[in-house]
Amino acid sequence: MTETTAFYELNVNGSRREVRDSWIGESLLYVLRERLGLMGSKGACEQGECGSCTVMLDGDAVCSCLVLSASAVGSEILTVEGLAPNGEPSDVQRAFVDQGAVQCGFCTPGLIVAVHHLLDNNPDPTMIEVKEALSGNICRCTGYGRIFAAVETVVAVRKGARS
Amino acid sequence: MKNATSTTNRSTGRNVLGTSALRPDGVAKTQGNFAFSSDFQAENMLWGATLRSPHPHARVVSIDPTEAWKIAGVEAIIFADDVPGKATYGLIASDQPVFARDVVRYMGEPVAAVAADHPETCRRALAAIKVVYEQLPVLSDMDAAIDPSTPAIHPDGNVIRHQRIVSGDPNIVGDVVVEGTYEIGMQDQAFLGLEAALAYPDPGGAGVELVVATQWLHEDRKQIADCLGLSPEKVRLVLGGVGGAFGAREDISLQVHTCLLALRTGRPVKVQYSREESFFGHVHRHPGRIHLRHHADRSGKLVKVEGWMKLDGGAYASTSAAVLINGITHLQGPYACDNAVLDAWATRTNNPPCGAMRGFGVVQACFAHEGQMDRLAEALGMSPVDIRLVNAMKTGDKLFTGQVVDSVAPVARCIRETADIPLPPEPSRVTGSLELPGGSGRTSDPGHIRRGVGWGVSIKNLMYSEGFDDSAEAKCTLADGVATLKFATAEVGQGFVVLAQQIARTVLGVDTVILDTIDTQIGSAGSTSASRQTWMSGGAVDGACRLVRERLFEHVAHLHNLDPLQLVIEGTEIVDTLGPLRVAVADASTGLRIEQTFLHRHRATEELDENGQGNCHVAFAFVAHRAVVDVDTDLGLVKVVQIATAQDVGQVLNPMALLGQIEGGIAQGLGLAVMEEIVVDDGIVRNPSFTDYLLPTALDAPDVVAIPIEEYEPLAPLGAKGVGEPPCISVTPAIVAAIRNATGRAIMRTPVRPQDICLAD
Ligand code: FES
Ligand code: FES
Repeated sequence: MTETTAFYELNVNGSRREVRDSWIGESLLYVLRERLGLMGSKGACEQGECGSCTVMLDGDAVCSCLVLSASAVGSEILTVEGLAPNGEPSDVQRAFVDQGAVQCGFCTPGLIVAVHHLLDNNPDPTMIEVKEALSGNICRCTGYGRIFAAVETVVAVRKGARS
Repeated sequence: MKNATSTTNRSTGRNVLGTSALRPDGVAKTQGNFAFSSDFQAENMLWGATLRSPHPHARVVSIDPTEAWKIAGVEAIIFADDVPGKATYGLIASDQPVFARDVVRYMGEPVAAVAADHPETCRRALAAIKVVYEQLPVLSDMDAAIDPSTPAIHPDGNVIRHQRIVSGDPNIVGDVVVEGTYEIGMQDQAFLGLEAALAYPDPGGAGVELVVATQWLHEDRKQIADCLGLSPEKVRLVLGGVGGAFGAREDISLQVHTCLLALRTGRPVKVQYSREESFFGHVHRHPGRIHLRHHADRSGKLVKVEGWMKLDGGAYASTSAAVLINGITHLQGPYACDNAVLDAWATRTNNPPCGAMRGFGVVQACFAHEGQMDRLAEALGMSPVDIRLVNAMKTGDKLFTGQVVDSVAPVARCIRETADIPLPPEPSRVTGSLELPGGSGRTSDPGHIRRGVGWGVSIKNLMYSEGFDDSAEAKCTLADGVATLKFATAEVGQGFVVLAQQIARTVLGVDTVILDTIDTQIGSAGSTSASRQTWMSGGAVDGACRLVRERLFEHVAHLHNLDPLQLVIEGTEIVDTLGPLRVAVADASTGLRIEQTFLHRHRATEELDENGQGNCHVAFAFVAHRAVVDVDTDLGLVKVVQIATAQDVGQVLNPMALLGQIEGGIAQGLGLAVMEEIVVDDGIVRNPSFTDYLLPTALDAPDVVAIPIEEYEPLAPLGAKGVGEPPCISVTPAIVAAIRNATGRAIMRTPVRPQDICLAD
């Protein structure tokens, strides 16, 4: 591409990451994946409909496919890779595996971010609150049953840890 | 990137067959470091993209790439003339061009492809290629396609296949006769992981390596090699992580284009479809129209089934011929019936090509036969449960193809155990409840909600039919207490990777099982479809492990001067059944390396004759579904409250994975019942996006109460039937029956739309 490209810095998972020679029209999802090598965020619609690309932007769960990358300068971006940076899975990640909530796994990183976001803000959700919170994340494989089971497990364990 | 094949399961116990062993790729998938086919990158890589026809039927007058070549960063533009080998491909008939040359036959047919330095450059290059089309009359109706006076839109004609079944006494008449015409919309597999592949050319263009998400590496390789004009061993395929498949990855989509671009440029090329392109880039579930007339005696017993089935294959054949045979041979459902007169056609039109999707022709058949069973029940004053019990097929019954069902066939048990599942509580009476139809829209008036209950029961053939020479190969290597498995079985999410580990742990008494890369460096495993891999690749892994075990026993027996036949595996030890010897497999195999390959085949099947008679299927599985729905009849909204199900599964090998298949299949069947349809107007696709093609979300998920009916299947290598397809088959008619029950309307098509509930009749 010969067109104007940009240089900027993003704050991703607590690190400053340089983005060089980026076409100004690139989405945050594209830059995370193709320029910063963070392949955990997935694109399945690039239209804000599936939630596979969910990341946290200043604490809000957003579809990174709908965020213009250059507009995320100055924000704190947390991707699935940043949730458990030392390699040990988070409680949510562990519960997804243990409860059978992972099949093909394409929806999984987005759902993991969405569940962390939900439970950070509502530690004891009702099932209908869980369903509503996750209704922006499409999973084509599981029919959601095991995903709900995973969330319930995390809620119960965290509750136990608090009491 | 290479996908983890980590081997140690954290959960306690030995994770053998019968346990809910955890997937070896699970943690990586939750952490985002499992490599899907879209996640691969290469040094010096280019992006590829495909130019597609905007018209469903047109003559290609001219193609001019001049302006596209002027865009900086464009490295290749290729057309039909640039295909060095065979110009067409296809799973059964090779009738689909790699690129259209003179004529395009469906909206979205590939015309050209480009390679460039950035996806945005590709997009601009595609927009700059000037193609002049002259539109032709669109053939979009199945009846017109069957009419011999309609001009052929393809050299192979407008009927892809016709099959007839005539069995028993065609003239017999029942005491009660009911009939109906049923219509099924076009469903999309809508896997989440979009089509993506990365091709690496060999130096000098001598060959190519392709990392791709597919269901069948070896069949892809054959078709790709033919089109590239290379011998198959020059084309190496590696399975990139597969983000779901459901049938949509059985056909070639971007494979040939990606390889061609890489060979043309001498650089690695990555192609990745957008969601919109994905709707045009793969085949869908056949839409269909089915007319059935059911005859029964006064007790409700089926006397005869007659009628016809039409499935629209769209522009190219794909697997339509096989889907059609599956469809027509399942029109009797899981019910005994000797007499039939049936005709079925798979048509060719200018609609999107259709092929494999979970259920493969049986979904359509089941929607019709279950509608008919309810009509019979009504005509006879019987309950939906009783009419099905009266007719429930059992082992030894004959299908109207003449084939005897010798599989385990617990149909009555599936129905009874489903009926015993408690019904859910009454609908909420609270205005604004998210549980009501309309969900988070909070639109429903609780006073206007009507509840309905409906039934669906189905039979599904397992594996390929009609004499297809089907096999699966696997290799097992045991060294120092560690087993390594190699196979070409596509893991698409179903969990074959964990099942393979469970088999090796069980047979060999090892704890650590390493899975080698899934690629074409071993014989074919066949396709991950037709509920066949547990049986076929499971049988192959089991066979290879057993051969290794035999060698190991021979070694140990030789050392201790025993008869190898005395030895067995108990846990992780080799035990002498007639003496005191007890030695850990890990110790016994230290310093050894035993490698064995096994090819598993199922018993042979036959083609049908002109009257549709023959043993065309291998084996069968059965399932019952009961749906409870709440319907807002003012707004036409449906909430599926509960699905109760009992499924004939043979031996349960992994209860958690089984439940995942059941719940996932039910969600897809629910989609076909109430929301999922590719809307096609005269060949034009109206809704190729997730905004307009609706998929079940977490809020649409019903409560699922599932009972596995566990009866060991002697025909199957592990006693287990395939479980992937049955869950999605009869759930659709069950939900639609429940909506009929709630509304009193004779709904004849699926998916059910608001206007079918509010405005019909
Ligand atoms: S890819 Fe962003 S919402 Fe689907
Ligand atoms: S596990 Fe495949 S989309 Fe959710």
